[in-house]
This record gives sequence, structure tokens and C-alpha cells, in this order.
Amino acid sequence: MSEKTLTNGPAAAAILSSAIGCFILGVLTFWADVSKPFGKLLNFYNPTGPLSGVTTLGIAAWLTAWIILAALWGKKTVAIAKVNVTAYVLLGLSVLLSFPPFADLLMGK
Amino acid sequence: MEFTLRALVTELHGILFGTFFLLAIYGLLIELYRTFFVKQPAMLTDKGQGIQNLYLIWMAVLGWAAVFSGAYIVYPWYRAVPPAGINIHAAGATNLLAYPRYFLLSSVTTAEWHNLGMEWKEHIAFIAVIAATMLAYVLIEYGHSIYQHPQVRTAVVVFASVAFISAGIAGLFGAMINKEAPVQGGTTIHLMGAAK
Repeated sequence: MSEKTLTNGPAAAAILSSAIGCFILGVLTFWADVSKPFGKLLNFYNPTGPLSGVTTLGIAAWLTAWIILAALWGKKTVAIAKVNVTAYVLLGLSVLLSFPPFADLLMGK
Repeated sequence: MEFTLRALVTELHGILFGTFFLLAIYGLLIELYRTFFVKQPAMLTDKGQGIQNLYLIWMAVLGWAAVFSGAYIVYPWYRAVPPAGINIHAAGATNLLAYPRYFLLSSVTTAEWHNLGMEWKEHIAFIAVIAATMLAYVLIEYGHSIYQHPQVRTAVVVFASVAFISAGIAGLFGAMINKEAPVQGGTTIHLMGAAK
């Protein structure tokens, strides 16, 4: 089997965009919890409630970021170490923001 | 022996989609970890690469099937609202069996299964699936040439670890919540023995 030679751009775009999508999901989760009016805005599908808006917008942010970053970095070699650190921070924050006790702590509950 | 349609769909969501997704992530994580300790990474044949790609695509498909079936089929049953006029704190367990969310919230001994368990699981599962989809893309796109990009490999292992832990949290809480307050209702499917 022949081995492909690729720059790291496509991988960097995929890694960072997935972290951005997760982070947006975490922020929206937190925000919907803090603000009931905002939570109602995210009620895209009533049987599922605000979860429908949180996840739809999180997925939309992820895919949009992926399309943009892939267009920018698709054939380039990028500073992957910086991309990785940024992605790890965003991913860690997204897990924290989705964790109810952490959100309660931020809200001072 | 009989079960309800809602119970069946909940099991399909949790066991068929969720558990197999968790197992697929676990298998990927072990394989990725193993490749850090090989002297000469083996190059797959075209057929081997195809099988690996199929595995990765199925992993992502199982993940999306789990989160979408959970969010749009099972979760609405879980958060069904009891009829107006019922005081959930005074209703008694029997009256709330068809309303799992309200059943859990009706007692301080079970409320955290919803406030912590369900609130965390419903969101963190999506993080696991987004990460898993990224992993599938990168591993399929790069194939063996990922060995030329050690930092990409490191990121892949980090994301696979987070995806595994996240899927595990979602799966664990899902199983425990469904044990405390099972989703029931809908058509009864009778398999064998005497019907009620």
C-alpha cells in the first residue's frame, strides 16, 4: 500500500474545530442553566427542551469551524503544538462547563 | 414475559448503541496506546486499511445513533410532564412511575440522579461523539502516514482518552438512572408465557 504524504493542516483543522464545537456546547450548557430566558431560546424542540438547542448549535459551531479551518489550513503545515494546547484547554473547559457542580460553583450556588 | 416499547428502545439506545460505542472507543484507545511502543509500525494492506476505516466509521455512527436516539427519543419520555395538579413531592412513587424525571426529583435521596447524573450525561455524551468523529476522520485521512506527525498522534490519544471517559460517564449514569427510574410505557410486547 502506498503511503500518503499530508501536511498537518487537515488534522489541525479537525482537532481544533472539534474542541471549539465541544467548548461552544459547554458554554451553551452553562448559559442555558444560568439564564432561564436563554434556556427557553434554546428550546428548539419542545419534547427535548433546551438540550436540543445546546447540541444543535454546538454541532453547527463545530462543523462551521471545521469548514473554515480546513479551507485555511487544508494544504498548510501549521504550528501544531499551539493548536494542540489550545484544543486541550478548550476540551478541558468543555468537560468542566458540562459538569453541574462546576457550573453551580461559577454561579455561586 | 413481556416488555414495553419504551423499555426496548431505551435498551437499544443504551446497550446496542451506547455500549458498543464505548467498546469501540476502548478498542481504539488500546490500539493507539500500543502503537507508542512498537519498534517498527506495521503498514496495513489496502484490505486491512479498509477494515480499519470501517471500524472507525462504525464507531462514529454508533456514537451518533446513541446521542440522537437518546436526545430525541428516550429523553422526551424521561422528561414527560405529569398531569397538572399532581404535587410531585406528595404524589408517591407509584403515581410517578411513568414520569422518570419527576420520580427522581420527588425525593432527596434520588434527586441527584437527575440534577447531577442526567444533567451531566446528556451533554458530555455529545463531547464524546464529536471527539470520536474527529478521531475517525484523522485516522482515516492520514492512515499510516500519521506516524510522520507525532504531535497529531498525541492529540489523537488525548482526544480518544477524553472521549472514552466521557462516554463512560454517560453510559454509567444512563445505566444507573434507568435502574432507579426506568423509562417505561407504550405498547406492551408479549414474548412468552401468560399475558397480564
